[in-house]
Amino acid sequence: MSDLDAFRAEIRAWLEANCPAEMREPVRDEGDVCWGGRDAQFKNEAQKTWMDRCAAKGYTVPDWPEAYGGAGMSPAQAKIWREECAHIGARPPLSSFGIWMLGPALLKFGTEEQKVHYLGQIARGEIRWCQGYSEPGSGSDLVSLQTFGEDKGDHWVVNGQKIWTSYADKADWIFCLVRTDKANKYQGISFLLFDMATPGVTTKPIKLISGNSPFCETFFDDVVVPKTQIVGELNRGWDVAKYLLGHEREMISGAGGGDRLNAIGAVVARNGLEDPILRAELAQFDVDALAYACMGEKFLDEAKVGKAHPAQPNMMKYVGTELNKRRHELLMAAGGATALEWDSERTSGGTPSRSWLRTKANSIEGGTSEVMLNVVAKRILELPGA
Amino acid sequence: MPLYHTEDQAMLADTVTGFMADEGAIKQQLRHFRDINCQDGFGHALWKQFAEMGLTGMLAAEADGGLAMGHVEAGIVLREIGRNLTPSPFLTTSVMGVTALSGGSEDLRGRWLPGVLAGDSVLALAIDEGPKHRPERIACKAEKAGNGFRLQGRKAFVVQGASADAIIVAARTSGSDNDADGITLFAVPKDASGVSHENLRLVDSAMASNITFDNVELDGDCVIGEVDGGRALLNKVINAGRIGAAAELTGVGQGAFDITTAYLKTRKQFGQLIGEFQALQHRAAHLYSELEIAEAAVIKAQQLLDGNSEKADLMVSVAKAKAAKACNLSVREGVQMHGGVGMTDEYDIGLYMKRDRSLSEFMGDQYYHAERVAQLSGY
Repeated sequence: MSDLDAFRAEIRAWLEANCPAEMREPVRDEGDVCWGGRDAQFKNEAQKTWMDRCAAKGYTVPDWPEAYGGAGMSPAQAKIWREECAHIGARPPLSSFGIWMLGPALLKFGTEEQKVHYLGQIARGEIRWCQGYSEPGSGSDLVSLQTFGEDKGDHWVVNGQKIWTSYADKADWIFCLVRTDKANKYQGISFLLFDMATPGVTTKPIKLISGNSPFCETFFDDVVVPKTQIVGELNRGWDVAKYLLGHEREMISGAGGGDRLNAIGAVVARNGLEDPILRAELAQFDVDALAYACMGEKFLDEAKVGKAHPAQPNMMKYVGTELNKRRHELLMAAGGATALEWDSERTSGGTPSRSWLRTKANSIEGGTSEVMLNVVAKRILELPGA
Repeated sequence: MPLYHTEDQAMLADTVTGFMADEGAIKQQLRHFRDINCQDGFGHALWKQFAEMGLTGMLAAEADGGLAMGHVEAGIVLREIGRNLTPSPFLTTSVMGVTALSGGSEDLRGRWLPGVLAGDSVLALAIDEGPKHRPERIACKAEKAGNGFRLQGRKAFVVQGASADAIIVAARTSGSDNDADGITLFAVPKDASGVSHENLRLVDSAMASNITFDNVELDGDCVIGEVDGGRALLNKVINAGRIGAAAELTGVGQGAFDITTAYLKTRKQFGQLIGEFQALQHRAAHLYSELEIAEAAVIKAQQLLDGNSEKADLMVSVAKAKAAKACNLSVREGVQMHGGVGMTDEYDIGLYMKRDRSLSEFMGDQYYHAERVAQLSGY
């Protein structure tokens, strides 16, 4: 038996012994997602047990170093972990922007002290993070952001407003882009971390077309942030932000897997498929979705050995999100009048229609499709003036 | 297996890229043989060079003098053929033909393979019987006659059929037209009595013939594999042709894309390079995405075929459909972005558009393969 086979056997046995039966059921709604945090809401005991058991082994962040709360898995081992979890249908023990976004940025730009402190909290699900990037006047043109941190010696006093802050009303801490030099556009932004309980921070949920409010407006009114809470160098936060956006784009693209890559024709056809034109559209979608899944696999394989173009996640994000929107258009069409139901029990509270509406943000958040195409044109195709 | 080339495959790609750009270039090959109205539609000297490089026998077994390589390697050659629009019998002879012969007896392989490997002979595939790819339906009949068979019927779109030394024919030896069973493959020598060609030039300057078999007497030695049991081998040959055409399509799409983006970087209007216009940048970036994805689907399908995976059939159809979609977008956008000169024979972009059309049709177009994806997925 090779080392990896032995590792697989070990993971399989551990999962069998430790993953509660309830945590092997598919995630049905938002309540089934475990976000952790200071005021963590657990749907049931099993959800908490599953998170705690994984955290104790470093399995909430399997490929982070052990010193920072991870399990120190190699890429090949982490792939085995994902495969074995998928094999028994295990839910992610912990979902968080700390894991997906802040973590990778801290691993690259954080001080040793910051890594030990913040990464450990993230891995154990103790602190729930949100991301303060967009502002009302700075969407695609993010670098024009105005939220300002005034230098007061050993701290900054931050004033301004963020928007589209995911789950800001539920988050404990925020990682935030703040202007610390008004004279320099790109090199005048710093990447700050602070507690959402700091005096002067207020949040206001935004009701979306889906009827849900996962995003907030976040206001900063004379918020005091100690200078130890900066990631990377002063005025070089844009570098951190760009690095982190790459991770976000990869995540949104679904390149790492997930159901949005799947073909849908066979699923739809189970409930009957009488319209030949719809069937044809589904077949065309399936061709594109199955081909895109190959691209996801190829991208991950190439990224592991440094063969992927660094701007490739932008392409993946563009295609993956456009595909997901198309997927939900087809699911709505196939669902007919049933899919229109907004709060019926049969649709688990309007899941088809609310999910369909939610996907419309996919090609806006984390960089619009148009911005992704700009980046591909400039950095990969090297077209003039782009 | 990771979805990129191994070191050996990357070395092969390097060699073939240089070779095809030098020897298989549009001016020396495609334009030359078109302009002299060559009735083969390709150059025999270049075919000989393919042989000298070992390319003609890539898929043949080592015992037969070949390199025993797979579809990933053949795809590397086909992508470069596509990129340079190089006319050659490689796909029909070395990919499909060799795959067919590999299912035949030692005698049969000994009769045809040495010529193929040496670059002296060419094989053609006679499978379809009408203008669209419908291999499920085979009406061309071969009836038992003495120790052999008598072949009767018509075949269509036989690429390089009139130039071939042997035509590999899928014929019905029992059952009715739409039966899966009852198919036998034959290697019909070009000088067999009763074979007549309607030799046609196609839009991409390739030659293809419609063949009539009028009571063609074949001895038993012409049978490839099992009598009545040829469907599995035929499917293998067809899959080889489909994934090969898909690989060539990614090359055609990439070639068209490369000259188009180069044009965007040199052509000026309104006092600026047209590549500065966002309207064109976004279309180019979208096209890039589609081509990358098609390439990923193609290498995945190649690996599955080489690994004899049961998922190969589905992924081959995904790859052929996706490659056809992406390549077609590439040549259409290419001509449009070239503007007026894209309509001239002097510029190469139109040649890419013609080749895309022909290759897309070969072994099933995107609609055929999307339908097949639906069927194989169970709807």
